[in-house]
Amino acid sequence: MDIHALQQIVHKTRDARRQQTIPKFSSEDRDQLIHKYHPDYRASAYRPIRFGPNEGDKTVVELATLLEGDSPIQNNADLTPHYTTDVLVIGGGGAGCAAALHAHAAGSKTILATKLRLGDSNSVMAQGGMQISVAPEDSPVTHFLDTLKGGHMQNDHALLKVMVEDGPAIAKWLLELGVLFDRQADGNLHVKKGGGSSKPRLLTCSDYTGLEIMRVLKDEVINQKIQLLEFAAAIELLSDDSGACSGAIFKDLDNQRHVVVAAKSVILATGGIGRLHIQGFPTSNHYGATGDGLCLSYRMGAKLAHVDTFQYHPSGAVYPEQLIGALVTEGIRSEGGQLVNAKGERFVNELDTRDVVSSSIIRECEEGRGIRTMSGRVGVWLDTPLLDAEHGPGTVEKHFPAMMLQFERFGIDISKDPVLIYPTLHYQNGGVKIDTNSETNVKNLFVAGEASGGLHGRNRLMGNSLLDLMVFGKRSGLTAASRAGSIKQGRLTLNHLQQFREDATKHGNVSGVVSPMILPAYTRKVG
Amino acid sequence: MAQEDTNVIDQPEVMKPRMVTIEIAGKKVEVPEGITVIKAMWYAGQEVVRGVGCLGGFCGACATYYRTKDDPKVRTCLACQTAVQDGMCFTMMPPFPARKATYDIQKLQDPKQDLFNFYPEAPLCRNCNACTEACPQQIDVREGVWKAVFGDFKSVSEMFMDCVMCGMCTPVCIADIAPNLVALYVSRAQGAHFTEKPVGLDTRIKEIQDGRFSDEWNRILKMSEKELADHCATVK
Ligand SMILES: Cc1cc2nc3c(=O)[nH]c(=O)nc-3n(C[C@H](O)[C@H](O)[C@H](O)COP(=O)(O)OP(=O)(O)OC[C@H]3O[C@@H](n4cnc5c(N)ncnc54)[C@H](O)[C@@H]3O)c2cc1C
Ligand code: SF4
Ligand code: SF4
Ligand code: FES
Repeated sequence: MDIHALQQIVHKTRDARRQQTIPKFSSEDRDQLIHKYHPDYRASAYRPIRFGPNEGDKTVVELATLLEGDSPIQNNADLTPHYTTDVLVIGGGGAGCAAALHAHAAGSKTILATKLRLGDSNSVMAQGGMQISVAPEDSPVTHFLDTLKGGHMQNDHALLKVMVEDGPAIAKWLLELGVLFDRQADGNLHVKKGGGSSKPRLLTCSDYTGLEIMRVLKDEVINQKIQLLEFAAAIELLSDDSGACSGAIFKDLDNQRHVVVAAKSVILATGGIGRLHIQGFPTSNHYGATGDGLCLSYRMGAKLAHVDTFQYHPSGAVYPEQLIGALVTEGIRSEGGQLVNAKGERFVNELDTRDVVSSSIIRECEEGRGIRTMSGRVGVWLDTPLLDAEHGPGTVEKHFPAMMLQFERFGIDISKDPVLIYPTLHYQNGGVKIDTNSETNVKNLFVAGEASGGLHGRNRLMGNSLLDLMVFGKRSGLTAASRAGSIKQGRLTLNHLQQFREDATKHGNVSGVVSPMILPAYTRKVG
Repeated sequence: MAQEDTNVIDQPEVMKPRMVTIEIAGKKVEVPEGITVIKAMWYAGQEVVRGVGCLGGFCGACATYYRTKDDPKVRTCLACQTAVQDGMCFTMMPPFPARKATYDIQKLQDPKQDLFNFYPEAPLCRNCNACTEACPQQIDVREGVWKAVFGDFKSVSEMFMDCVMCGMCTPVCIADIAPNLVALYVSRAQGAHFTEKPVGLDTRIKEIQDGRFSDEWNRILKMSEKELADHCATVK
């Protein structure tokens, strides 16, 4: 049928649905639902990691294969450094920029190297906002408890406490740099309520929060004249005689040459993993989200945490084909947008946590109450016109200009037509284990942002990632910088790689791939 | 349970995939109609490193010039957000060598006047509107440049919230202005200098420094797993 004909059910049932309140699931029902429908519980998608610091732990096959993969670097590679620095930041997203700015401000010589251009990252796409407890009725403690509940009580308490307490000072820093957060009439920061949060706590810049923050941070990195290496993909770390991190090797993507950087400490801020298309899911992530940081740190002996859990954002676009996997911001649900199945019914409290909402959408579709497209995709409706009906005409356009534009390009006016959505692979909940200074168990190796793990437990609350980036970007940058004066540049060796290869050989070298992946192979495949 | 067949969207392009001929930087190739410009390049076997970033319409890496069949007009688009059609030809825009002023945003004394030191070409705008026509984000760029020059920083910062810094407004400017960089400076100045300080934020920072939440932290962090879970459940 024509999409407009199928959308009628949403228009017809709108008034009746508006009266309805759907209670959140009890914790038993939540658990049951998630165990049955959440992709994290599809046992066939998982296998144990064969060797290394997380030997025996389960993760998805796609990641396990890369973690056990071989380095593109020979054991006897030439390690004469092309650059020498105090602090080497790898990754040019939010965490990387924050780390570099703080390390630089603390007086350290800093190099920021990144795979594509500065800023090309997941950070620039964040739409929904950044959680910080600024409202009078809110508090860092409440933020802590909400996050813990969202993370299934598995969050690292120390990391979480630091994040919620550092938050307000981070907001101040960003404001001083000129970030334009939305305001209330009285000049205070405007806060929205996000899924799984008990209080309104999301700071926003319309639906361009990540773009606005990144425009400013990028500009600041350039203003501060921080040395940049763009189109430089890290492909191996370097270790000194004691096993501490002492630099990294990059591949210059323009000429394929290797570039060696000697550094007193290294901050990995390489982001997430969406482009591995785990379990065949489409993704909301940027082109370079291939989990490189996990492979690099794992080879060096860094322990990973929670790498068996991923976030499938409830609302990825399913139609039109051109937008497959693209994010339909949670802000729509925060403002009252309802999820509607093929029968015109609601089936979940839209503001429940992401894992619950995603699981319930998968349930609707698996049980035959979804809407299918001819290309074989299936989804449920998100009633976007409801926002205009509820809060007055023009609401969608005013609050979600980015989304309006995205769909308008394909002839869909989301203030009049509901959109078809299905969960999309969105975020890596786990990552490299860090302490409150963002340091790993490998000395002088820091990991910040999405590549790190522990903070979010088994499910991240919306808006907590942007805060995570800024807080741990800052902490890693400051700690690395404060150390720079007192430590000597370590020797550049590949001892850890030799060790890793011995381990791999013992386990039969089964992986057969070279990692990190660097960029997904879409050429000819049309992904 | 089987899916009722009535709940299927029939997309003509998927039911009868149609191949179209497009031209990538001068070379003709056949690709399925309706895929995005970036996917068309992948389909044609091109590896794209420069020119791909977020794939979501936010980073501005994929600035592209294109023309449709028999139309002389050269248009601009974001390659990750635009579908190909028969007879379309396109080429990606390399980063344009625009000059960016460097400044210490917090130390500016008179940001509205400083604009003319950082970007002396800004007041020379000749109103040609080429920048507005080039903008894939539908920003009224010309108007923005005028407002910047006249000191209406607030309007500029609102108008350019959609700017993905693709830079397509820059090469077309006959006055050699880089409107996006002007707007970026103006927006930052607006945020750092002309926007009210939120009082509530300072209060919260002070509360944390003064240890207002210490007792609550102590209580919570001492709880057993079970007690903490029960406590979380009471937060509404
Ligand atoms: C569409 C979308 C919307 C989101 N919305 C929100 C939101 O509203 N609120 C929120 O809190 N969170 C949101 N998130 C999550 C959040 O944006 C990300 O988790 C976060 O931005 C990750 O930041 P990062 O700095 O760790 O990584 P990224 O921003 O992804 O940056 C990683 C950087 O590392 C580089 N890199 C990768 N590998 C290498 C390598 N081998 N060598 C050199 N460089 C490398 C990349 O090119 C990139 O520059 C969203 C995510 C997406 C995808
Ligand atoms: S204002 Fe210029 S840089 Fe910004 S989106 Fe428009 S064309 Fe691109
Ligand atoms: S292109 Fe240049 S001269 Fe023309 S309107 Fe825009 S800023 Fe003014
Ligand atoms: S790749 Fe980022 S805007 Fe197209």
